[in-house]
Amino acid sequence: MDAAKNKYSIIVPTYNERLNIALIVYLIFKHLRDVDFEIIVVDDGSPDGTREVLKQLQDLYGEDRILLRPRAKKLGLGTAYVHGLKHASGNFVVIMDADLSHHPKYLPSFIKKQMETGASIVTGTRYVTGGGVHGWNLMRKLTSRGANVLAQTLLWPCVSDLTGSFRLYKKSVLEDVISSCVSKGYVFQMEMIVRASRKGYHIEEVPITFVDRVFGSSKLGGSEIVEYLKGLIYLMITT
Amino acid sequence: MLFTSFYSPASHWTPELVFIANPVKHVLKLLSLLVVISALWIGLLQASIIPQSHTWLLPIYFIVSLGCYGLFMVGVGLMRFPTCPQEALLLQQDIAEAKDFLKQKGVDVGSN
Repeated sequence: MDAAKNKYSIIVPTYNERLNIALIVYLIFKHLRDVDFEIIVVDDGSPDGTREVLKQLQDLYGEDRILLRPRAKKLGLGTAYVHGLKHASGNFVVIMDADLSHHPKYLPSFIKKQMETGASIVTGTRYVTGGGVHGWNLMRKLTSRGANVLAQTLLWPCVSDLTGSFRLYKKSVLEDVISSCVSKGYVFQMEMIVRASRKGYHIEEVPITFVDRVFGSSKLGGSEIVEYLKGLIYLMITT
Repeated sequence: MLFTSFYSPASHWTPELVFIANPVKHVLKLLSLLVVISALWIGLLQASIIPQSHTWLLPIYFIVSLGCYGLFMVGVGLMRFPTCPQEALLLQQDIAEAKDFLKQKGVDVGSN
């Protein structure tokens, strides 16, 4: 594939990330010089003025580089990707979080890995040497590790980080996989990568670091665990 | 070859081969593995190579070992969990740099 002809559409779903989205845009431009890309911001009707900031960013960087494609209200992550995909003009799509837990400095390593291996999907993994997590207490690490071991045993995925959402897809592959996924939340991320693996797509991993800045984001109550187990069973049965 | 291709995920296959691939649901793969292991166990019971009293207990041993293996993997993973405290610092630096630049260019970087 001729590197000069690749274009990367970076889809960032946002909700109340007025400051973070500006920082992310700056960092993407900083780390992706000499790369043809566009940033598609799918904002779910943030009341905090995100759209005003995005207009300022568009004035600074160009409306062809920053695409604002908002929606009326919070409609969920999966549909945000589908919505972003409709407006993506690149042949590759990157998905990443807007809260700066995913650092744009890893984007070149995703691109490099894809070009070296010709992979259909490059997914970031926090759980290998070279990657890592900051901001998790022991309990959080324990549940993450336990969940991972369970998922590895039950599903035999060929990736080390199933719930990660920092990924590079070939656009056609993302369109194909996303059309068959129905879950919500982080189970959705798991479903995407497991379905892609079952369909035989070539998946590679790169180490990433994940800085969790949302203090006390213990999304790990009893109901989350139940959701996770239900998600695992669903994936076992349907993939 | 057939056995491994039945059980191993097809991550090395090219997209061209994909569409011939893998219609078997994962739960069925696990169940068939269970059937094979059960058949071996029943075979051992019939053949009496090992004393019957031991053979009856084999499933318990198997489940307990599986549990121990799982706990061991969790423990090892927890000990070797990669952390990156320096990344938080680097991130703060990046944020400061970004804020400076954007403020100069007239982008509103007041906090949320």
